[in-house]
Amino acid sequence: MSKSFGSVQALIDVDFEVRDGEVMALVGDNGAGKSTLIKCIAGIHPADSGEIFFDGEPVTIHGPKDAVSLGIEVVYQDLALCDNLDVVQNMYLGREAHDQFQRLKEPVMEAKTAEVMKGLAVTTIKSIRQTVATLSGGQRQSVAVARAVLWNSRVVILDEPTAALGVAQTRQVLDLVARLAEQGLAVVLISHNLHDIFEVATRITVLRLGRSIAVYEREKTTQQEVVEAITAGTTSKVPGMARIAPEELT
Amino acid sequence: MSINPTAAVPEIEIAPPHEPLGQRIWENLRGGNLGSAPVILALGIMVLVFGLTASNFFSAVNFNNIITQMAGTTLLAYGIVFVLLIGEIDLSVSYVSGVAGVLVAELQLPGSGHKLPGLLAILLAILGGVAIGAGQGSIIALIGVPSFVVTLAGFEIWQGVIQRTITQGVVVIQDNTINDTANYFFSTLGGWIIAAVVSAFYIGGVLSSVYSNRRHDVPIRDPWLVAAKVVALPVIVFGTVAICNHDRGVPFALLLVIAMLLIWTYVSKRTTFGRHVYAVGGNAEAARRAGINVARIRILVFMISGAMSGLGGIVLVARLNSADLNAGGGTLLIDAIAAAVIGGTSLFGGRGEVRNALFGSLVIAVIANGMNTLGYTTGIIFIVTGIILLLAVTLDTIFRRLQARSGR
Repeated sequence: MSKSFGSVQALIDVDFEVRDGEVMALVGDNGAGKSTLIKCIAGIHPADSGEIFFDGEPVTIHGPKDAVSLGIEVVYQDLALCDNLDVVQNMYLGREAHDQFQRLKEPVMEAKTAEVMKGLAVTTIKSIRQTVATLSGGQRQSVAVARAVLWNSRVVILDEPTAALGVAQTRQVLDLVARLAEQGLAVVLISHNLHDIFEVATRITVLRLGRSIAVYEREKTTQQEVVEAITAGTTSKVPGMARIAPEELT
Repeated sequence: MSINPTAAVPEIEIAPPHEPLGQRIWENLRGGNLGSAPVILALGIMVLVFGLTASNFFSAVNFNNIITQMAGTTLLAYGIVFVLLIGEIDLSVSYVSGVAGVLVAELQLPGSGHKLPGLLAILLAILGGVAIGAGQGSIIALIGVPSFVVTLAGFEIWQGVIQRTITQGVVVIQDNTINDTANYFFSTLGGWIIAAVVSAFYIGGVLSSVYSNRRHDVPIRDPWLVAAKVVALPVIVFGTVAICNHDRGVPFALLLVIAMLLIWTYVSKRTTFGRHVYAVGGNAEAARRAGINVARIRILVFMISGAMSGLGGIVLVARLNSADLNAGGGTLLIDAIAAAVIGGTSLFGGRGEVRNALFGSLVIAVIANGMNTLGYTTGIIFIVTGIILLLAVTLDTIFRRLQARSGR
């Protein structure tokens, strides 16, 4: 999947791709355009220009529904779960299994939720019938991620999934992210935490000032190099810097 | 490529979603999920105290009186529960019910040139309530005016409409169909048949849900609790009918209250619409992102509130066999909202059940009836009802904070 478009300022000719079965980390300083890029892919903001390829076929994404029908799911930073509903109810929120009389098929939803939770090895949740309000931050994040998986999605975009979590819970979520990729999904991980990224990412895309400036293989790079790319500390080492005129950096 | 969640991952023992009942109750309490427990406890204590102190409290006649007195308010309170569930408020229910009462009285009026059959008049009056709810709900959901203000305006407007319509002070209702909604009592045999049908429906519902769970290999939580419910409900139903039959029989108003309880419980718990109502009340933004049409849900909820106000208003005027200038006035609004809240419906949205309205309504009616029998004045009764309302909201607030804490 590749995507490039030029917009007024937020994103300038950004190339971004993610493959099945890999975790592509998307990093960059605040205002680098990470969120804008994600919103374009998710159909929340339409791109001014550019192309999106899905399985090598050009596709158009006009709204969130288009993205969802392609199998692109976004797990937002602020979770978007309903505290008063239980895990099963949240997993199926807005897409409940029902018959022609709008009657809920509760057992179907419960059985499938249990299956997905088991498949992702989310074992810390005691009962899938407890309300989300009683879950820890890591568990809530797991529910949000599992919801994306439930719908046979192909691409899962995680926006700062570990930002508000403690050490053990971060571990839990990172394991989950790794398992998503193992199952063949394309995972996009947005994070400020390079330590987390170096643990799970396959490749790393660096955005700066609305441009994609580098794609690193995790195996062949160092945290130092990525930090320099993010902050433009040592421009000489950063590929792509030559393309940016000096006045644009100030 | 589809994800096969069971592949590629070693079998890992997932904790069974099945825990002892005691532990579930504790988890619920810790999670701020009190449900109807406090109100049922309070109700039991009240009935006991009044039964021991007030001489005429424990009688079949008084039981039927309480039921017919509270029926109209309870119907309004069902609508309020839905409105509270989405985190809004409807202050117009009392005078919307008044409008429906006046409407039904005017439509059946002999010699008015538009004397309609009772059933048609009832239907039109309810539709009037639905239309008002749709109008107010649209202003709230589509334009974004706070429901408090819109329905407060409705409170004034509909009160004015009632005063403008009833120019002679009172409209007498002669139509029997309308008056029967509040004053008809079933025969003894009729009562037993109702008890049998209600019990059969309940047991059938429980069994079909158990069967459906078995078919999908979903474990049944607390089989003993299920068995207890299957035994307890018919006992309660037949017991109630026995008491009613001791007096004039089962009041039609009771049947109406129970039928509406079952219908709205079904709608709120077993349909996609009901699920979306809870979702909008729990986190409207999450609901929106999940593709739920939040505005549509809000408008529909205010239409339900309007419909229940309409039906309740008809029962209220039918009890007096007339609609007068006081239709929808007095403590009706306060009682309807208090019933929902005392019953355990959260004012913050997303938590509560339709049956809360019935329990809360019972509390208010029992206090008024019992204290009246003991010779207390209305002043004292207001004070006591007010204190209980305050207690209910305080409990809700405390447990909401507990819930927020247990989430971390």
